[in-house]
Amino acid sequence: MQSQILHFPAKEAVIKHQQTGDLTISNRLSDVDDSLQGKPERANSLDSGHRACQGCGEALGARHAIDTALDATDGELVVVNATGCLEVFSTPYPESAWRTPWLHSLFGNAAAVASGIAQSMKVQGKENVRVIAQGGDGGTTDIGMGCLSGMFERNEDVLYICYNNEAYMNTGVQRSSQTPGAARTATTMPVGEHPGNSFGVGKSVPKIAMAHGIPYVATANICNPRDLEAKVRKAMSIRGARYIEVFVPCPLGWGTASCDTIKVARQAHNCGLTPLYEAEYGEITAVSKIARPEPVKAYLKSQRRFAHVFKKGNEHQLEAIQAIADANIRAFDLLENPAQGERF
Amino acid sequence: MLKQMDGSYAVGEAVALCRPQVVSCYPITPQTHIVESLGKLVKSGELADCSFMNMESEFGAMSACIGSSAAGSRTYTATSSQGMLFMAEAVYNASGMGLPIVMTVGNRAVGSPLNIWNDHSDAMSVRDAGWIQLFVENNQQSIDVHIQAFRLAESLGLPVMVNMDGFILTHAYVRVDMPEQEQVDRFLPPFQPFQKLDPQDPVTMGALVGPEAFTEVRMLAHKRMERALDVIPAQMEAFANIFGRDSGGLVKKHYEGEADTVLVTMGSVIGTAKEVVNELRDQGESVSAVTLRTYRPFPTEALREAVNGAKRVVVLEKSFTPGMGGIVYQDVVAALAGTGIEVQSVIAGLGGRPVTRESIRTLFAGCDKRTGFEVLDLDHATLDREITRESAVLDRII
Repeated sequence: MQSQILHFPAKEAVIKHQQTGDLTISNRLSDVDDSLQGKPERANSLDSGHRACQGCGEALGARHAIDTALDATDGELVVVNATGCLEVFSTPYPESAWRTPWLHSLFGNAAAVASGIAQSMKVQGKENVRVIAQGGDGGTTDIGMGCLSGMFERNEDVLYICYNNEAYMNTGVQRSSQTPGAARTATTMPVGEHPGNSFGVGKSVPKIAMAHGIPYVATANICNPRDLEAKVRKAMSIRGARYIEVFVPCPLGWGTASCDTIKVARQAHNCGLTPLYEAEYGEITAVSKIARPEPVKAYLKSQRRFAHVFKKGNEHQLEAIQAIADANIRAFDLLENPAQGERF
Repeated sequence: MLKQMDGSYAVGEAVALCRPQVVSCYPITPQTHIVESLGKLVKSGELADCSFMNMESEFGAMSACIGSSAAGSRTYTATSSQGMLFMAEAVYNASGMGLPIVMTVGNRAVGSPLNIWNDHSDAMSVRDAGWIQLFVENNQQSIDVHIQAFRLAESLGLPVMVNMDGFILTHAYVRVDMPEQEQVDRFLPPFQPFQKLDPQDPVTMGALVGPEAFTEVRMLAHKRMERALDVIPAQMEAFANIFGRDSGGLVKKHYEGEADTVLVTMGSVIGTAKEVVNELRDQGESVSAVTLRTYRPFPTEALREAVNGAKRVVVLEKSFTPGMGGIVYQDVVAALAGTGIEVQSVIAGLGGRPVTRESIRTLFAGCDKRTGFEVLDLDHATLDREITRESAVLDRII
């Protein structure tokens, strides 16, 4: 049977823009381009016409990730989706925006369903068919944690991608285990003595994944799609359990302008709140440096969920968030030029 | 081949003869020996081309089955009790997607209080999940019905649950006739999925379905269930032609002819019940017994036919809904509506309490004066004492 997935012809189209780091530049400045970004031949795995909000970081992240995986596997890909925005906006019956074989089962079981598919393909001798499971932070780091950990521990041949937008957006912006301290959600309202979400000790699922000793773990940020693409491509070159967490702003839940998704994501990266790194078998192998560091203030200022942080009397919240960013900068040695850190 | 073996290992061997491609496992008493036996068969290579998955929970175990079946492999798992409740969300999901998974349930009570022994609470907790629910009476049927279950599931596009009484059957060493591989292969063709996850032919499975189509999807499941009422007897016949045994089917009428009082049961309790019915028939009493071998879809017509001519039907069941009473009873009442047959409700064997011949004699003796539901062998003294003790506190709140 003829494949219905678009394949990728050799590079021939004119490339107008070039992604380098987290900046887009004209290709006048560079004649090298190994990226899938912006090419007309890209698979469009998540096709246009879906119902995501304008400026949805998750839709952007998913399209980049799955396009890359399709390219890396020559279209031999099956995608499992946890319940959540991505699932709901892409497959309202009788429509589907997916060009891949795609299955949604439940909120908390994508990792286990994907495990079953991987084993099923293997036993049928179809090991060329690769499996990706994907979900939001709620479906991954909260309700899906048990199945995810099982998938890691058994070292199933599955890439799990978590699109982290730091709350339960699909149900109306409730707190998740990834919601940062002070952030306003529908269940952590900015009222009382400690407005917004309380400061816990956090839950780093990439580190939990690393503790399982799986072959590959990476964090990515939608502000740098080329880096995301490289990480997905690398993940698809490896067999066994792999985990990528992509930082994806949610304009609706965060109270940001639809046109600012990339900008906000870049601010998060530049202030050190979302360190980008790769790890193999539990050891960190690469860290993306911050070229133009910023204080957290600029990042927080652009989001209504943190508006109360700037009110008089809540300075301690701002300081607490800055302290988290500073700790990340130290722990991951994030600054390209360490001297720049001193201005905060 | 005749063998003396425990029920769980017998089921394990029978399932292996069906050539499952993926078996997912999570231990829970009393089904554990089933997946243990399959694990050994896969590890030793006796069951080839099969992936045995040790999962992190029952929820994960059923979820892996969903993925495996959707990707086109013949898929099996087993559970009991709390395990069934923990996987319940995925149990509904599997049937909604029309995935022909076969699952054994070593039937066990559901706590609290914690209780590992047999009753049918676990099966009843997912009664409405859209799975075909078969109940077996003995270990020979456990073997035979599992072989039929795979063909049934795959020919209908519905998951099938084979219920066998925990401990009473799973742990009983009895002589069974284990079919030959050649016979099973003749009965059960390789799995040909209706649709599957295939990069060459992409499909979207598990879409979001709104009010405009959800009812139709549910009715589609109902129509498949109705079709099962024809397919189950046909496959029972096909099975008998190859294996020479009458196993499975919708209902089993254990005695020829009509009787005034007919006992209706499910599962292994018929073994004891038949001894008492034989006794009573020898004494000239007009009694008989019928077993529901298929509970979902409910075999309304077959039951009406089987109890035709009765004045009274007594439903003896190992399940109970607090605030109402018998569960199977309600189905039987609905099925016999308009026949003029009186239906009585008797509950026994909860949490593994033995249903003895004496209990069943009491059941028949009470037929003339029974109103509402009756619980056999109930310790009234303990119950009354606790009610008094609780009342002393609770009455103050009112």
